[in-house]
Amino acid sequence: MASGIDELRQQYRKMLEIRRFEEEAARAYAMGKIGGFLHLYIGQEAIAVGTASALIKGDYVFQTYRDHGIAIALGMTANAGMAELFGKDTGCSRGLGGSMHFFDPDNGFYGGWGIVGGHVALAAGAAFKSKYSNDGHVTVCFFGEGATNIGGFHEGLSLAGLWKLPIVFICENNQYAMGTPMSRTTPLEDLTLKAQGYGMHGDRFEGHDVAVVKDRVKMAVDRARRGEGPTFIEIQTYRFRGHSMSDPAKYRSRQELEERKKKDPCAVARQRLADAGVKEAELLAIEGEIDDLIAACVKHADEAPPATEAAMWDSVYVPTSAVPADRLPRGVVRVQDGGAEDGDA
Amino acid sequence: MRELRYREAIREAMIEEMERDPSVFLMGEEVGHYQGAYKVSEGLLSRFGEQRVVDTPIAEAGFAGIGIGAAMTGLRPIIEFMTWNFSFVAFDQIISSAAKVAQMSGGRVPCPIVFRGPNGAAKQVASQHSHSVDPFYTNIPGVWIAMPATPRDAKGLLKAAIRENNPVLFLEGETLYNVKGEVPDEGVDEVIPFGKARIAREGDGCTIVAWGRPHYIAMEAAEILAKDHGLQCEIVDPRTLRPLDVESMVQSVKKTNRCVVVHEHWPYGGPGAEIVDQIQKNAFDWLDAPIERVAALDVPMPYASNLETLVLPTVERVVEAVKKVAYL
Repeated sequence: MASGIDELRQQYRKMLEIRRFEEEAARAYAMGKIGGFLHLYIGQEAIAVGTASALIKGDYVFQTYRDHGIAIALGMTANAGMAELFGKDTGCSRGLGGSMHFFDPDNGFYGGWGIVGGHVALAAGAAFKSKYSNDGHVTVCFFGEGATNIGGFHEGLSLAGLWKLPIVFICENNQYAMGTPMSRTTPLEDLTLKAQGYGMHGDRFEGHDVAVVKDRVKMAVDRARRGEGPTFIEIQTYRFRGHSMSDPAKYRSRQELEERKKKDPCAVARQRLADAGVKEAELLAIEGEIDDLIAACVKHADEAPPATEAAMWDSVYVPTSAVPADRLPRGVVRVQDGGAEDGDA
Repeated sequence: MRELRYREAIREAMIEEMERDPSVFLMGEEVGHYQGAYKVSEGLLSRFGEQRVVDTPIAEAGFAGIGIGAAMTGLRPIIEFMTWNFSFVAFDQIISSAAKVAQMSGGRVPCPIVFRGPNGAAKQVASQHSHSVDPFYTNIPGVWIAMPATPRDAKGLLKAAIRENNPVLFLEGETLYNVKGEVPDEGVDEVIPFGKARIAREGDGCTIVAWGRPHYIAMEAAEILAKDHGLQCEIVDPRTLRPLDVESMVQSVKKTNRCVVVHEHWPYGGPGAEIVDQIQKNAFDWLDAPIERVAALDVPMPYASNLETLVLPTVERVVEAVKKVAYL
């Protein structure tokens, strides 16, 4: 891992990749190339990239449906991400998951989950596996501040705290649970107070500086790796777009948004690089490379083959040992009229 | 062969699989120090230790989720629900997580997990503790459902379930734990594949499809019908409801030309209705009478003993249903 300015240069590149990826996704969505829900990560890039910098190969990461940023930060290619959004066979989930269900287990990314709070216990399960098999790995679980009010969050934290699992819970507090500000959902300002009840460490800071994010998350990750139990981190952040593409975000003022944009994580990192003596020409070169990368991923997604019916049927169940092949026309009930069996693409 | 109780057969399957594969562990409420609410896991803690026999707080959604996450990352959890009634607070984990992760990841993240525990009505435990949950879960692609009636099937199917790479919901009979039956000798590694029905009794007069506890009701009814009416019923136990062995049922109906489906779940939909649909579609020309169903009555389970008896399928109701389709 590079250190100092080299590391920041890499982090800036990654944050910019996420930013441009999301901007192109928004454009493609407006053109009708992407369907369903699309939750953009614009404004929160330093958290994903800083956290990814604090992890080692083999660590596990779980995220909500606002998942493009962390997937890319962990190493998913823009091609695999954009193709997934376009519903293509070369997508990270073969076009079956879409925006909310990115998966990339080779890079430690275990989804992409759509039910608020539902993945918190799953992440604790990955940490349970690490403790059970003593594999030395740590799990990071992201969620929004909106999730801290639902049962799944509390049961996941409760068990992780009880069993001192090697996990770091990262609450990306972007201030709004869809359209509802935290002041109307939670009787606390400091969310780490919730985690105290589960016997875990807490930390709380602003998340626009990627170096700060990395350092603080790494403290928690190291603690978990040493077997000293979980940490709950509340990172204050802000999404520059609405909750999803259908949300014009009228519940917040233009002034508030403009104020927050002064802490744009990409701009902050760029300024830091410039201050450290990185020449404007070099920054422009990085930005040009990212522009090319993103243009290429859109081209790839446009041209990739569509999702297949074969993948659809074959992924309901992974190859099975319990069910003999002759009992498994496509997975389920033995339909004999052929209706379900005409699916091969 | 030797005789074992249903409870012991399940315990043996877990012990053998845990000894075979260190990635298999048992987790649930009271499974360890208390030795299991129904004593299914008796002795497992002292045998395997706290790492592999894990007591949990009362938090079904939490430990179901932990199991799924552990399965996604390489372990093979057996998650015990004290009863399947309590699985409802973990419903989302089963539907939205376990049943979906393989699909959502394009087939890249498997979820080899077994959820098991007692299902169905016991004795006077009233409406919240008497659910037969099979219709809720059979609707979901992405999980398998096993519902063994006999000790032998319980052991062989559970071994298959634990080795399976996809989520399995293993529905044991709450009133079957003390039932005795033949099980292969120790050291015989019988793994019963899913999707293969068992012909529990051969006959040519009427097919009775029954799984779980109603299997025994059907067997009793068949003896009465043979004795009183000379009608030999063929009893088909599908053993797994997903995948469902339609072929065996259809073959039986083609021989008997009549069919009664007996189940403990409510009459609206569910595997009972699915089986009727499959048979009418695949054996329409062989049927001599409309298919009858004997189900629980369409009410929440009452507490009073006389009413509970009224609600659940009985031998008498099965006999009447068979007589109806046989025009006796």
